[in-house]
Amino acid sequence: MYNFDFEKPSTIADAVAALGAEEAQALGGGQTLIPTLKQRLASPSKLVSLKGISEMQGVCIADDGAVCIGGATCHADVAGSSDVFAGLAGLAGGIGDPAVRARGTIGGSLANNDPAACYPAGALGCGATIMTNSREIAADDYFEGMFTTALEEGEIVTEVRFPVPEGSNYQKFEQPASRFALVGVFVAKFADGVRVAVTGASEEGVFRWTEAEAALSANFSADAIADLKLGSDGMIADLHGTSEYRAHLVGVLTRRAVAAAA
Amino acid sequence: MPKDHGIGASPKRREDVRFLSGTGNYTDDINVSGQAYVHFLRSDVAHGRITSINTEAAAAMPGVLKIFTGADFEGVGGIPCGWQVTDRHGEPMQEPAHPVLAQGKVRYVGDQIAAVVAETLEQARDAAEAIEVDLEELPAVVDMKAALADGATKVHDDLTSNLCYDWGFVEENKPAVDAAFEAAAHVTTLELRNNRLVANPMEPRVAIGDFNRGTGDSTLYTTSQNPHVIRLLMGAFVLGIPEHKLRVVAPDVGGGFGTKIFHYAEEAFCTFAAKALNRAVKWTSTRSEAFISDAHGRDHVTKIELALDAENNFTAIRTDTHANMGAYLSTFAPSVPTWLHGTLMAGNYKTPLIYVNVKAVFTNTVPVDAYRGAGRPEATYQLERVIDKAARELGVDPIALRRQNFITEFPYATPVAVEYDTGDYHGTMDALEKIADFSGFEARRKESEARGKLRGLGVNCYIEACGIAPSNLVGQLGARAGLYESATVRVNATGGLVVMTGSHSHGQGHETSFPQVIAEMIGIDESMVEIEHGDTDKAPMGMGTYGSRSLAVGGSAMVRATEKIIAKTKKIAAHLLEAAEADIELKDGTFSVAGTDKSVAWGDVTLAAYVPHNYPLEDIEPGLEETAFYDPANFTYPSGAYACEVEVDPETGKVTIEAFSAADDFGNVVNPMIVDGQVHGGIGQGIGQALLENAAYDENGQLLSASYMDYAMPRASDVPFYSVDHSSQTPCTHNPLGVKGCGEAGAIGSPPAVVNAVVDALQSGGHKVDHVDMPVSPSRVWAAMNA
Amino acid sequence: MSQVTMTVNGKQMSGDAEGRTLLSQFLRETLGLTGTHVGCDTSQCGACVVHVDGVAVKSCTMLAMEADGADVSTIEGQAAADGTLNALQQAFQDHHGLQCGFCTPGMIMSAADLLKANPKPTEAEVRHHLEGNICRCTGYHNIVKAIMAASGQDVSSIAAE
Repeated sequence: MYNFDFEKPSTIADAVAALGAEEAQALGGGQTLIPTLKQRLASPSKLVSLKGISEMQGVCIADDGAVCIGGATCHADVAGSSDVFAGLAGLAGGIGDPAVRARGTIGGSLANNDPAACYPAGALGCGATIMTNSREIAADDYFEGMFTTALEEGEIVTEVRFPVPEGSNYQKFEQPASRFALVGVFVAKFADGVRVAVTGASEEGVFRWTEAEAALSANFSADAIADLKLGSDGMIADLHGTSEYRAHLVGVLTRRAVAAAA
Repeated sequence: MPKDHGIGASPKRREDVRFLSGTGNYTDDINVSGQAYVHFLRSDVAHGRITSINTEAAAAMPGVLKIFTGADFEGVGGIPCGWQVTDRHGEPMQEPAHPVLAQGKVRYVGDQIAAVVAETLEQARDAAEAIEVDLEELPAVVDMKAALADGATKVHDDLTSNLCYDWGFVEENKPAVDAAFEAAAHVTTLELRNNRLVANPMEPRVAIGDFNRGTGDSTLYTTSQNPHVIRLLMGAFVLGIPEHKLRVVAPDVGGGFGTKIFHYAEEAFCTFAAKALNRAVKWTSTRSEAFISDAHGRDHVTKIELALDAENNFTAIRTDTHANMGAYLSTFAPSVPTWLHGTLMAGNYKTPLIYVNVKAVFTNTVPVDAYRGAGRPEATYQLERVIDKAARELGVDPIALRRQNFITEFPYATPVAVEYDTGDYHGTMDALEKIADFSGFEARRKESEARGKLRGLGVNCYIEACGIAPSNLVGQLGARAGLYESATVRVNATGGLVVMTGSHSHGQGHETSFPQVIAEMIGIDESMVEIEHGDTDKAPMGMGTYGSRSLAVGGSAMVRATEKIIAKTKKIAAHLLEAAEADIELKDGTFSVAGTDKSVAWGDVTLAAYVPHNYPLEDIEPGLEETAFYDPANFTYPSGAYACEVEVDPETGKVTIEAFSAADDFGNVVNPMIVDGQVHGGIGQGIGQALLENAAYDENGQLLSASYMDYAMPRASDVPFYSVDHSSQTPCTHNPLGVKGCGEAGAIGSPPAVVNAVVDALQSGGHKVDHVDMPVSPSRVWAAMNA
Repeated sequence: MSQVTMTVNGKQMSGDAEGRTLLSQFLRETLGLTGTHVGCDTSQCGACVVHVDGVAVKSCTMLAMEADGADVSTIEGQAAADGTLNALQQAFQDHHGLQCGFCTPGMIMSAADLLKANPKPTEAEVRHHLEGNICRCTGYHNIVKAIMAASGQDVSSIAAE
């Protein structure tokens, strides 16, 4: 690792100020960033830990019924809130392993936007709002492709607001080595329609499978998409699966998620 | 009732106490006063010519002590190969030079170009980034068959081609084998790949070189399975240090599985640099570095043909294998696809005619050498897959086909040069049928089908040659070392014993099981026996631990040394009891005179040896310490029958292991608990090979699975509880303990059972799939189902 | 360099750390607690698991400065002061849940984390909880068995006694 300074502010304002330094970078749980630093693939001058900011911790319910998750809330805490939002708790409980879930944060995951991460599917699938220190960003506007988001330099994900669907489920097919999603599908049924978000599959990162959404909005059952096939163009092909295989898995997992959510 | 001590008992492991409380002493836990750190600058291209290396700026960076390049190693020896194979035409294999640091060319991603020694590791890494290397990239040779094509780029310019050797075995049998295929009633052919693996002991390799200018002594602390072998290879062939000026210590070692047998450049570098700098130099591999610097395993591509007569008797086997050597010859690499593979092609069957052809090939990849089983898993996989395929083609029960062809009379001389001393293949298959509940399989299959899953049952047998190895025989086969083992048994005055063994324990539990043998022989408590290993200054010259040899060879040496001790103590006891030596009996730690009530305790006799006031000094020396070297008369031949049940999800292709059963014949068993554990671990690795693990290169020679992010290690959730049984015991006839070895069986026996089960499951679902290459990943299974 | 202070196995300990110093490095190199092992660099193997403020974390994927002021327990703090193994450690010895011992500290610390939250886990729950702990020696059989035995469950019916 290249060396860096370390700061652990206790307020968002102090964190924003600390991130104003040249080449400063926010540190959530570090479960992706620290391995990246070990490979010397990044060289921040300063890491600003967000873990000490109490206003960014925890799960609560807003007046409009939305579930609000502080940006520095670890996966284990979300996984433990199944009484609040079972679909999302199930997703969080399947990320990495227990020790990773004890450190990794929702804000870190969404800021990184790994194309095989789970949270982007949950956020996009629910049509969540990503709250930052300076603005609110709709999930549909937030994800801009692999490892790319609408966040500006130094902008912090302080909270994520999830409208709670009537029914939802996340199905993850694990890449056997990393245990990231080879493909993951989040299905959310709202009163006004169904959203289907897919991670792990596309070279463009998380995306909505709009054909499936249309079919499921008309008829929320696995049968409604039994014959629907996703094309393999633009799907990731690697050691663990061809693009055709990934496209196929999207269909299988979507059906399973619908069956589990119905 | 199970025994509570001695041979056949399962005492708790004494080494566990330190491992469970965090007080083990692994190599990276050792820090030598004033040590510096080395970071290796490794090639990130598979093949290239180094046109220049400029270290000037890097050398001036903070903390840098010295930057070494190939030029610093001119006149220093290269890393030696320990086995010379002779090809079909009587010519020796092609053997390239293997420098400690690259000389003019890099030949794989990971090849070490330069080494930076600095005060801290981060300073060494910083400086390595500042080294300017001008490299002319050359085409990479990755695919073995392409490597042998006319005009292929050569990995080594000074060799005639990329062919290391073209080995035929048994060459004289070839015409008869070909004739048998002409006459066959049925021929089954299968082409398959034995996937390249990375051994991945959980402890990465570490080396610390140290030098004492005052005495001129060098010390190497290293993560090795065989410190004496490293001392000999590095001292004699690389650095020119005589054994008496070089100490090699392999303390607690966190797993080996073969990959810590070999002598590596990093060991030689640290020892060399410590002397050059007069400072200890430490290297700790990261896991990512391990993927591109630890020798890999397997990587065979084979076409196997099985000939049968009209009654389904096996009449001949013919194989054609390409075996990857990687870019250089690692220590035992040439022996793996030849003498550890071709000699096992008879398996458990009385096939009269066998011909094995192996072409060993240089490629721009990490060197390939022994990994748990080494050659024997490759043989077993081919044979047991082709037999399964033959049974399906012939419409016969695969177990019945195997039973029909079992060898039943021993000793049995195979057509591939080995002689099995004992075995009972029907016995292990009978034991398997009991523990695997074959009769309930159809009901379990129906239950799986009701849940939309396909269920398959796969069975296979295996035999291995281990207890490596008779020195005179392996010498004829090209080994450049003997393969005996040693033990010194030191009895202290108050009766306790210390055994210094040339074997090395890196998980096998020798500190617990070896005392069980001595306790049984003398009739004393196991707590009176301590095992020392892993330090060339303590133990006599030994060859270390691999090839399931520790108890069969190392244990036998310990038995021989203990027999010498017992003979001497009987002489002393006879003197003390004023009786004839022939009348002295040793039982339960007491010497008595047959037919009398006269006796003397073990401790009184050992005390007399060191306080020889009343002692036959005219006949024997005082003291009680004996050494024995044991060279085995033959290999040992453990065997067994394994069964795997899988479920396949037809929608995703995902395979889950529902049950795994293993019935082994290891001969006599000293510690059943440890033996079971060895089998469990082997099965875990075999399932890993069959379902998950794959060291894959792209066409440019980049390793695609170069960390745990892409190399899938088996986790707890990937495997079930295993059913294991070793009740079928035909003791080895030629070692004093009647033991055969159990370390590799699980890894050898399990992959074909898994793949046989997957094929069975797919066929039960109506899919015309007769083979899926390992690892049988969901993607591959799905593709096979939808081909 | 800054000074980092933490309570390790009940004792307050301090040492200098850089921003980049990992907790695993600080424990092993600065405090000399070499029982915590490092088996990979991508946060998968779990040999480095310790408890920070009562929660199991991978000490190779946490900065020492992030643990400043924290309460840390490591494998060295698990046995009683007289060296008597705790119930979980003892179960690992009784059921041969370790071979080379390298992954063992992380296995013990992860298993302890599981049993705290779930005192009687099923086999599936044990296996799932060990998702981030890799063992290359045991095939996991005796590790899973030992953890279930430590939770007071009867493991005598598990195959291959």
